[in-house]
Amino acid sequence: MSSNKKYWKSVEELNENSPIVETLQQNEFVEAIPTDEFLGDKETLESSSTTRRDFLKYVGFSTAAASLAACEGPVVKSIPYVVQPKEIVPGVANYYATTIADGYDFASVLVKTREGRPIKIENNNLAKTNGHANARVNASILGLYDSLRVKGPMKGDTAISWDTFNTDTKKILNEVGDKEIVFLTQTLASPSTSKLVGEFTEKYGNVRHVSYDAVSESAALDAFQAKYGKRALANYDFSKAMTIVSVGADFLGDWQGGGFDSAYANKRIPDHGKMSRHIQFESNMSLTGANADKRVPMKPSEQRLALAKLYSYVTGNGVSGNLPENLDKAVRAAASELKKAGSNGVVVTGIQDVNAQTVVLELNEALSSKAFDTTTTINTKQGNDKAVMQLVADMKAGKVGALVMVGVNPMYTLPNAADFAEGLKKTKSIAFSMKQDETAINCDYIAAAPHYLESWGDVEIKTGHYALMQPTIRPLFDTKQFQDVLLTWTDNATAYNDYIKATWKESILNGASYNQALHDGVFVSGSSTVEETTTTSDTEDVETPNGNAARALASSAKSSGMELSIYTKTGLGDGQQANNPWLQEFPDPITRTSWDNYLTISKADADAAGLVNENVANGGLNGSKVDVTVNGVTVKDVPVLIQPGQAKGSVGLSLGYGRTSGLKTEMQTGVNAYPLYQNFNAVQEVSISKAAGEHEFACVQLHNTLMGRGDIIKETTLEVFNTKDKKYWNAIPEVSLNHIETPVTSPDVDLWDEFDRSVGHHFNLSIDLNACTGCGACVIACHAENNVPVVGKSEMRRSRDMHWLRIDRYYSSEDTFSDDLEKKENISGLGSSLSEFGEMENPNENPQVVFQPVMCQHCNHAPCETVCPVAATAHGRQGQNHMAYNRCVGTRYCANNCPYKVRRFNWFLYSQNDEFDYFMNDDLGRMVLNPDVTVRSRGVMEKCSFCIQKTQKTILDAKRDGREVKDGEFQTACSAACGSGAMIFGDVNDKESEVAKLKEDDRMYHLLEYVGTKPNVFYHTKVRNTKEA
Amino acid sequence: MKHVIYRNLTSNILRLGLILLLTFSTTVLAQDGDPAKGKTLFNTHCAACHKLDKAMTGPALRNVEARLSEDEGLDRDWLYAWIKNNSALINAGDAYANKIKDYDASAMNSFSFLSNEDIDNVLAYTAFVPEPTPGGGDDTPIVVPEPGISNEIILGALALLFALLAMALVLVNRTLKRFADAKGIAVAESEKGIPIWKAFVQNQFLVLVTSIALLLASGYFVYGYFMQVGVDQGYEPVQPIHYSHRIHAGDNKIDCKYCHSSARVSKTSGIPSLNVCMNCHKTISEVAPETLAEGQEYGVDYNAEIQKLYDAVGWDGRAYTGETSPVKWIRIHNLPDFAYFNHSQHVSVAGIECQTCHGPVEEMEIMYQHAPLTMGWCINCHRETNVKVKDNAYYTKIHEQLSKKYGVEQLTAAQMGGLECGKCHY
Repeated sequence: MSSNKKYWKSVEELNENSPIVETLQQNEFVEAIPTDEFLGDKETLESSSTTRRDFLKYVGFSTAAASLAACEGPVVKSIPYVVQPKEIVPGVANYYATTIADGYDFASVLVKTREGRPIKIENNNLAKTNGHANARVNASILGLYDSLRVKGPMKGDTAISWDTFNTDTKKILNEVGDKEIVFLTQTLASPSTSKLVGEFTEKYGNVRHVSYDAVSESAALDAFQAKYGKRALANYDFSKAMTIVSVGADFLGDWQGGGFDSAYANKRIPDHGKMSRHIQFESNMSLTGANADKRVPMKPSEQRLALAKLYSYVTGNGVSGNLPENLDKAVRAAASELKKAGSNGVVVTGIQDVNAQTVVLELNEALSSKAFDTTTTINTKQGNDKAVMQLVADMKAGKVGALVMVGVNPMYTLPNAADFAEGLKKTKSIAFSMKQDETAINCDYIAAAPHYLESWGDVEIKTGHYALMQPTIRPLFDTKQFQDVLLTWTDNATAYNDYIKATWKESILNGASYNQALHDGVFVSGSSTVEETTTTSDTEDVETPNGNAARALASSAKSSGMELSIYTKTGLGDGQQANNPWLQEFPDPITRTSWDNYLTISKADADAAGLVNENVANGGLNGSKVDVTVNGVTVKDVPVLIQPGQAKGSVGLSLGYGRTSGLKTEMQTGVNAYPLYQNFNAVQEVSISKAAGEHEFACVQLHNTLMGRGDIIKETTLEVFNTKDKKYWNAIPEVSLNHIETPVTSPDVDLWDEFDRSVGHHFNLSIDLNACTGCGACVIACHAENNVPVVGKSEMRRSRDMHWLRIDRYYSSEDTFSDDLEKKENISGLGSSLSEFGEMENPNENPQVVFQPVMCQHCNHAPCETVCPVAATAHGRQGQNHMAYNRCVGTRYCANNCPYKVRRFNWFLYSQNDEFDYFMNDDLGRMVLNPDVTVRSRGVMEKCSFCIQKTQKTILDAKRDGREVKDGEFQTACSAACGSGAMIFGDVNDKESEVAKLKEDDRMYHLLEYVGTKPNVFYHTKVRNTKEA
Repeated sequence: MKHVIYRNLTSNILRLGLILLLTFSTTVLAQDGDPAKGKTLFNTHCAACHKLDKAMTGPALRNVEARLSEDEGLDRDWLYAWIKNNSALINAGDAYANKIKDYDASAMNSFSFLSNEDIDNVLAYTAFVPEPTPGGGDDTPIVVPEPGISNEIILGALALLFALLAMALVLVNRTLKRFADAKGIAVAESEKGIPIWKAFVQNQFLVLVTSIALLLASGYFVYGYFMQVGVDQGYEPVQPIHYSHRIHAGDNKIDCKYCHSSARVSKTSGIPSLNVCMNCHKTISEVAPETLAEGQEYGVDYNAEIQKLYDAVGWDGRAYTGETSPVKWIRIHNLPDFAYFNHSQHVSVAGIECQTCHGPVEEMEIMYQHAPLTMGWCINCHRETNVKVKDNAYYTKIHEQLSKKYGVEQLTAAQMGGLECGKCHY
């Protein structure tokens, strides 16, 4: 039975005469398919000599050929030396002591070289006086292998030879006539160079030497000079201070040259119940403020008054002006603590004002502070603002015949770069530069300068503390250092290293061995007894301070609308290393943001101006943008980051970013704040207006507060620490076993059987949260040691950073972390938890801050090991959690099962990949790679290995020498880089070792101990000295 | 092995022949010196700087006495004086001595310990002209019969035997058949069954078993094929310079670590830099004629190879020219980047012979990869090898603890933790 039903597919079918229906009945498509469009037109196809069949033949042939060729292994060549240098054994590292002196960072370092190429910067432990190598110094090695370095001398845009350069420049110098020759240099602090410049002056006459620091300490220098008759900076030894009051001085950062953190950390570890007390008055949240026991946020103008008041409260000389009551109270309290501390107290300030600096000098004298040293002065900041300004004026007036610049980049760093550019046109100019930077490209000649690792040199970092710089590699390019050219200009045939040697023998060494000094990298002349006697004599004839400076300071403190504090970041500093991907990717210790600078603003001010920070769907942080105007100079589109702890009415912006010349496009990040740094004053009155658009940050920490989770960071106060039992402030978490509370460390509650770990070495890493200042040297050292790739801003934003070692920063939500804990404990009921947990996510407006370095915890009962389907991660007997990259198939189960989130996945191939055009993408940059560590490929997991290559080497050295390993020999890159003594690595089976003792300390705890992972990294409870004396 | 015996034999015979020749010719030719003794002395004291026919640091010395007396009119006494203490002669103002003292930058050593008789012997050697005698000459190849009966002969004889046996069987069969025919006995015709292949196809069980066996077998071979991908055992590339480990490590018994010195202290054994070669090759510019003859077997001219070294290092026979062109050796042992291996651990600490991993290097004319260098190979050795703990203070404590734990006196590398992933992969 058939049905008469007619199924129709479109209304069109109802129309009997529809042509479409007709066509569709015949054809599948109404219109002919335009095959020509994708097959190309027929004529071209026919005229082509390659037919389709030919094409297929070619494809087939080439595929076959390629697969055949792939069957054969590659032929690897090995090329030995023709004459092998005696000191080089392939595969064995050599170490050389040298010194970095780039005008901003000065430090004695040890350079590790492999097969003649430097691969890592380490601390020179013989040179205790100059602090340790900070993050920038650790990263400076990458500057050597920068592919954008100037490869030889240039005249304008054309490469010339050094002969031409010498003839041309000599002609210029000889033809200046009655005009001046000016050397505009970074702070050199080099005895030999000074002598050379002197000889040059003798020969050419009419020579002026202007020292210029991009980030000026001129006010402090002027104040010191006025008081002590010497242009230098007072030295502070914070290990001798029990009470530290800082007014706007970021002395754990770059204040007065930096390098104070080792000594500071020394007194932060409670010893016999005592530790130093640190009070900080500041506007931006700085590294120093974050470490302070008490931090008082105040606007820069209030800081001036506060310092004046502090002076008046300590010395009794009254000053006018009034602080808000709560601030005044804090200042009064600080003053009384200082008075009580007497010579154990010290005051420092970062206010760029001669009066402020004078007040500090007077205050420290009045206290006869032990930490304050005016004899062994710091010589690494010599820039003179007035001289620089005078020079710019003279250049504009056409008074300068020739300008020779060394290690400076005024076109970028000068606030009035336009004036300088104008002056530059009226003079002949020669720039000694490693890069075609903003200044060099505007100069007549670029003298290609070597990196400090390719140069000779000497520096007097502090009075009597000399350091030598020696080349650790042959110059990679056709470069000549300034001093060598100076020698040529003065027709001196001596090589610069001989010149240094002669100078040292003549005036520094006083009979000591030059080779020993070169080996050590440092030489300390004179005896310390002399210094001490002078210090005491100083304190004896203290002139009664008249308080003029304080009064002037107080009267200069005029509060204005919004105040901007210009600061430098731990990563980029003054910006000369802006082309360094390690430093760009280094997350700022405070904001945890990389690849950017930004305007830091308080929550209240941001709300008032309608500025927001928010996390978008992919987890990335977005922020509003503003235009910042100072005295008519506007910097546009500055991203805004809401900073807890920022003083209301103040904003902060860091220098060092926004460079455009001599660096890769990826590195051209942030905005240039130097135009706002007018008159070299770090404090400016600003107006801010919201700009359109949002900025995408690469912030690696999304959760800013601790939410009262005291298991992550244990904290207590010195008072509790001294008086109460360990159980009270560092209790071991307990779980219930048969209704009996049992400590989690007990084997009864453990899921796993315990292995015998008493045989052989058992490595542990101790991290003292009291000593850790968050400086980040360890992060960069780990980068360099372990070939950690750089992933770039957009990947960082996706939380795909590869840092094996991160320094977590937590803010408190209440005033203190203990208040947080209390609040959390008191939350009860649904309503309360809904609202109050939410509240706890927001940091306090002046929060307490803690830093916690976190790397693989090398758990003895590691959750990652049990979930790996291919057994790529396994435990070693020595306590290390091994990671076999070649075995890993990239399931990422381990990363998901890790409670500490320390495993990193290679989402891409980061080496030799144009998409990641950082140091691993060029032959030059790859020279920095550590040959003992695998460069990981795409699709594998990686993580901290406890620097197993280093522990293995130490063991092997001992085996070869047939001896036991001594305590202190075992090191990881981070523990070796840590200058503050926060990280101690070693073998806990060696009962005499430092780390074994630290493990028995009362302050010891494990991260997330209740998880029962039994980590081999342990932390020391942070103790705060909160008691107001 | 065959070659080695053969070579030793050859050189021994050659040596013997030469000595015989020299001994005999002495009595005939030279009354005042023994060339055989002279040769030994020459090689010991003079050969570092002199050759018979080629100027080196010192001039060529063939017929030096005759040359001196003809050209300069100097007698043997002058030679005694010169050889024993040339500087004294120079200081004494001897004309010819002063003339030749700047022949080379380095002055000639004094050989005061040589007696006149010794010098006579040496001079006899320099004046000695070997007669081309059959059987003792340098170029005459000596045919040495192969030792014993070769395997081929035995095999051939066996094959012959089998063939004879088979033929005998066929003959017997035929004869028996003939007998049967004659007697009229009908040989039972074997029943025509189904052909074997059909039977096979019909038996499904057999088909299944066979196909499984085939699959397993092919699987085995495919697995075997894939497992050898990237394993370069036996890799023997042609090197830019034909360097013979056989001559250096085998014949001359040079210690491996003399050239590969970094094996003692570093993770790499190090390919010796050319200046190490020149320690010896500054004076050895030519190989002995017998060695040269051996080279023909391998189709190589050793002297030309030494010349390649000189070109690379920039040595013109007397001084360095400064024009160098480093040798681009082809790397044979190449571990992947993710595997860490340290020579010094094995060589200095464990005291393992180089040959354990690198094979009979002293017999290798051209270096090849002896071991598979696979992880399984490493692991096996770590399982089997005892750690050398004796007289090493590092091991004292751990050895004591571990031997107590495992109840053994000797600890293997594996028991010491040598199988842990992270020991080699980081």
